[in-house]
Amino acid sequence: MAEHKDQAADQEHGTHSQFFYIGIGVVLLVLTVTTAAVAFVNLGPLNPVVALSIATFKAALVVLFFMHVKGASEKLTGVVVVSGFFFLSILLILSLADYLTRAWR
Amino acid sequence: MHDSRLTSSPAATQVITADHEEPNPALLHHFADPQQQKNAASLGMWLFLVTEIMFFGGMFCAYLIYRIEYFNAFAAGSQQLNIWMGAINTAVLIVSSVTVVLAVKAAEAGKRKLLVGYLVVTVLLGMTFLVIKGFEYKEKFEKHHVPGPNFNFTDTFDDNGKQIPVDSKQAELFFSIYFAMTGMHALHMIIGCGLFGTLAVLAWKGHYTPAYFTPIENGGLYWHLVDIIWIYLFPLLYLISRHS
Repeated sequence: MAEHKDQAADQEHGTHSQFFYIGIGVVLLVLTVTTAAVAFVNLGPLNPVVALSIATFKAALVVLFFMHVKGASEKLTGVVVVSGFFFLSILLILSLADYLTRAWR
Repeated sequence: MHDSRLTSSPAATQVITADHEEPNPALLHHFADPQQQKNAASLGMWLFLVTEIMFFGGMFCAYLIYRIEYFNAFAAGSQQLNIWMGAINTAVLIVSSVTVVLAVKAAEAGKRKLLVGYLVVTVLLGMTFLVIKGFEYKEKFEKHHVPGPNFNFTDTFDDNGKQIPVDSKQAELFFSIYFAMTGMHALHMIIGCGLFGTLAVLAWKGHYTPAYFTPIENGGLYWHLVDIIWIYLFPLLYLISRHS
């Protein structure tokens, strides 16, 4: 009974076994090697796309599992995290929407 | 009333022990229970992290705009960075993030010596990052790639030996942004090392128990965010302009 309750509490806090965290770390290291290796291959305009996709995937792993956002007991945390990236995207997208569309120059 | 545990019926005792499994000296009086106190601290930390994201976001935005404007100079500047040192530093930070999350796990389990060990390893990895970064900066000084009166950036050559003219002023701007972003990130690493050194000392003194280890958790959140910023700095500064 007590053990069952502990497991429920663990899930609520989004914590996993240490092997799970080491596994995520290994995945992140493999992705780092991958992104560095891909940089030496000429993919033309796809180089930045691939590099930033891998970076975003790595960041998502860190946020969801290392920072315990996935499975956080407080849903408000998720709202704050999403709002942070939302406002960052406003900053970047609206700025680039200007500079990328100055066709007259 | 305070002795209700001793005098009340077994059923009432059960209810009381279920509500207050163990007294928590870290629980402040204005919070209903430890979980609410922890959630409040976590929320406050995340709000701070969002301001950090916006702070670095401004520099990321400046980088992206100038990369579009001065594409050739930024590509030439980027190709002067040492991709291996950048990759090794990325790996060092990822391993440090793993030790941080294991430190939180150890704190949760009440393993004091293991917790101190992970915190100390984290500080050492952070210092390793800074030392490698220092060697990178040294290389920049030697090559006169530090913005200022001694800045000197000559034209580069592509794979076929064809000369590519580069505007020195535009290349200087690339290195200004490079030093601003990596320098601000390094400052966060220095603060993080100080923070985790303090946490290690307090953990050694036994300040943190399975009932209260919020500073370890929130310090960990800070460390992971600094890691994430580097996860983006590495491809943007070192990788994406190799073939431009």
